[in-house]
Amino acid sequence: MAYTFTRRVALAVAASAALVASTATTALAEGWKPQKPVEMVIMAGQGGGADRLARLFQSIIQKEGLSNMPILPINKGGGSGAEALRYLKDKEGDAHVVMATLNSYYTTPLRTDIGVDIEEYTPIARMALDTFVLWVNADSDIYTIEDYVAAVQAAGGEWKMGGTGTGAEDSLVTAMLEKEFGIKHTYVPFKGGGTVAKNLVGGHIDSTVNNPSEQMGFYQAGKSRPIVAFTPDRIEAFPNVPTARELGHDLVYWMQRSFVAPKDMPAEAVAYYTDMFQQLSQTEEWQTYTKEKALMADFLTGDDLQAYFLEERAKHDAILKDMEGGSS
Amino acid sequence: METIALLADGFATSLSPINLMIVILGVTAGLFIGAMPGLGSVNGVAIVLPLTFIVPPSSAIILLAAIYYGAMYGGAVSSVLLGIPGASTAVATTFDGRPMAQQGKAGLALIAAAVASFVGGTISVILFTAFAAPLADLALAFGPAEEFALVLMAFTTFVGLGGDDKLKTIVMICLGLVLSTVGLDLISGQPRLVFGDLPGFYAGISFLVLAIGVYGIGEVLYTIESSRTSPQVTPAKITLSELKAGFRAMNRLWKTMSFGSFMGFFVGMLPAAGATPASLMAYGMARQSSKEPETFGKGNIEGVAAPETANNAASTGSLLPMLTLGIPGSPTTALLLGGMVMWGLVPGPMLFIEQPDFVWGLISSLYTANLAAVLINIALIPLFVWALRMPFTVLCAIVMVLCIVGGFAPSQKMHDVWLIAGFGVAGYLLRKAEYPLAPLVLALVLGPLMEKSFRQTLIAEQGNVLAFVERPLSGTFIALAVLFFALPFIKYLRKSARQKVAPAE
Repeated sequence: MAYTFTRRVALAVAASAALVASTATTALAEGWKPQKPVEMVIMAGQGGGADRLARLFQSIIQKEGLSNMPILPINKGGGSGAEALRYLKDKEGDAHVVMATLNSYYTTPLRTDIGVDIEEYTPIARMALDTFVLWVNADSDIYTIEDYVAAVQAAGGEWKMGGTGTGAEDSLVTAMLEKEFGIKHTYVPFKGGGTVAKNLVGGHIDSTVNNPSEQMGFYQAGKSRPIVAFTPDRIEAFPNVPTARELGHDLVYWMQRSFVAPKDMPAEAVAYYTDMFQQLSQTEEWQTYTKEKALMADFLTGDDLQAYFLEERAKHDAILKDMEGGSS
Repeated sequence: METIALLADGFATSLSPINLMIVILGVTAGLFIGAMPGLGSVNGVAIVLPLTFIVPPSSAIILLAAIYYGAMYGGAVSSVLLGIPGASTAVATTFDGRPMAQQGKAGLALIAAAVASFVGGTISVILFTAFAAPLADLALAFGPAEEFALVLMAFTTFVGLGGDDKLKTIVMICLGLVLSTVGLDLISGQPRLVFGDLPGFYAGISFLVLAIGVYGIGEVLYTIESSRTSPQVTPAKITLSELKAGFRAMNRLWKTMSFGSFMGFFVGMLPAAGATPASLMAYGMARQSSKEPETFGKGNIEGVAAPETANNAASTGSLLPMLTLGIPGSPTTALLLGGMVMWGLVPGPMLFIEQPDFVWGLISSLYTANLAAVLINIALIPLFVWALRMPFTVLCAIVMVLCIVGGFAPSQKMHDVWLIAGFGVAGYLLRKAEYPLAPLVLALVLGPLMEKSFRQTLIAEQGNVLAFVERPLSGTFIALAVLFFALPFIKYLRKSARQKVAPAE
């Protein structure tokens, strides 16, 4: 018994040695490849917009065989992404972890001191820029931004704007609206963009600044109405919705959907993941998805991406300081 | 009429040999995944999701539905046998399921759980089939004020109970509410009660961690102490006559089960709630309306049937907002939603119109998955019961390991394992001091929902507290809550009045 067991172990060792040898040769031939499953850290909880998108990426990678190793999504949504940022900091030099980001990538370290400097992380790829639109219930009499401003003013500060939490992206857009038009909302936070959308259609709040993907279903069913888009150009999916800019109000805000890696990830690994996401951005599934959900598929990598992150961080710093000044 | 024709088309898909095989495989896998503490339907669906891209969407969704249902049945198994909730949705099943197993009635408890799950699943699927569209509008009518009123009603069913010491019940609810405030505040984003700056507390305390601690570890400690010299083996066996007796017993529980089904379906349908609150609420209601509430928590079969009907009904209910509104009612349905997006289906109000084949294939597969699950589950009961015949010295080690694995698996943080150990000791001490543990778990499950909806309403209504009673739906729930709270007092007064009239009795 003991003998057979040892022999089996020996066989197994030999087999795995052969496997390692063969991977080593292919690695030489084709460059670096992941040696074990790759963690995909998500800066948000399960079920939200960011989570859904990250899982879509994972399934496309799996389906199209873009990675030789499985991708494991892990939600670390605590502290508006603080949990994820800290986790990535501890993974310094690790070649098997990437993180899906949203704008809390900059705002969270700006708002609370969690000992993280995003400049240290390795940028991989920006997959898309998500857009924001001002929405009202389809039963309301509001059709234009003028109607909206008049209605909010008439409500005398009791106008209910739904969102996903103070400091979240939609609260920044709300603050920008308030500053631009000199209006005041009552900001009601909910747990996720989907819940916000539902509460608008159910008549529990008066307006939202949802991403189009969160309102699309209701919009198609004729239950919610887009008023104005916070994009430089009109969104393809809503050709009749004007942008704030063309109405003479310079309000543009994006949600970036990117991937970053820990500090000092080996260069070959960075090249591998950059290539993987590049291939992903060209798949048919992704192209269709971005079109249907009104995302701007704006691919960016490397130093350009890092420059973008730093520029955005500076912008958000200014917006946040403005908000604090306004509320006090 | 149109509904029936569409459903018939759906059955044509779901009853094809290959799909039937998928259902049986999925249900069996789901049963075992659900029975493993720490693994629930979320994990089952997550593991299988990538595999489904190789089969057509209609078969894929059938597989996922089968796993989802199987896991809902399986959750009860370890709740009854080991006293550890197999899944979060089966927490309430431990309250009476475990005492029944200790009295040697494990088989009966498992039959009750299986039959109740079947009834809950079936009634809710019928409701789904008949009223999907109007019910979606009802889900929309639920705003923060209504959520708060509903949760308040759930609490009152636990406070206003006979049996347990009322003061102790209130103390435990308060303790649970305090635990539920740990973590990041939704409104301001500030961390609360994080004990200095322990990052593990940022995500809050999961009620599953609490339930595994107080029921799993606490139970083992208590049993070790109470059987110090001679470890008692639970006398568990199952015979055909017991099976028959089990079905006869279930016959008397029609009222509890139909009530649990409606309640579960309704609560599951609300995007914020889901199957766990539903099962706890159904348990509270069953206890409230029972003629002998003092037997609950001590092995009352109704205490198993009520939460099991409700959690299965709720799992169907939570599919409704996912399909009709595109909003998942639970983490598992969030995953299903991800899958549907991947298959190129857009959940939302247009799905029923644009993809009738898919929708009705799914609904019909819920019928077949439910039937398959109850048959496979009952067939496996002798095997489950046999596992209980292990000597306690062995079983208690297995339970300990399962508790730790079950606590670690969902979050993958050692933090939660330490919490489980702490809660285990606390649970043991509380049990010795005869504090009821169910209200503690209930408060931790419902506390965050209650606080959030309360504050959202006050923000939206500019601090007007009357908003809760002014709205028709929430006003009705508040009135019911007051009634439930007062009911035991009314009962008590009537009883003493009767005693005065007939002192000879």
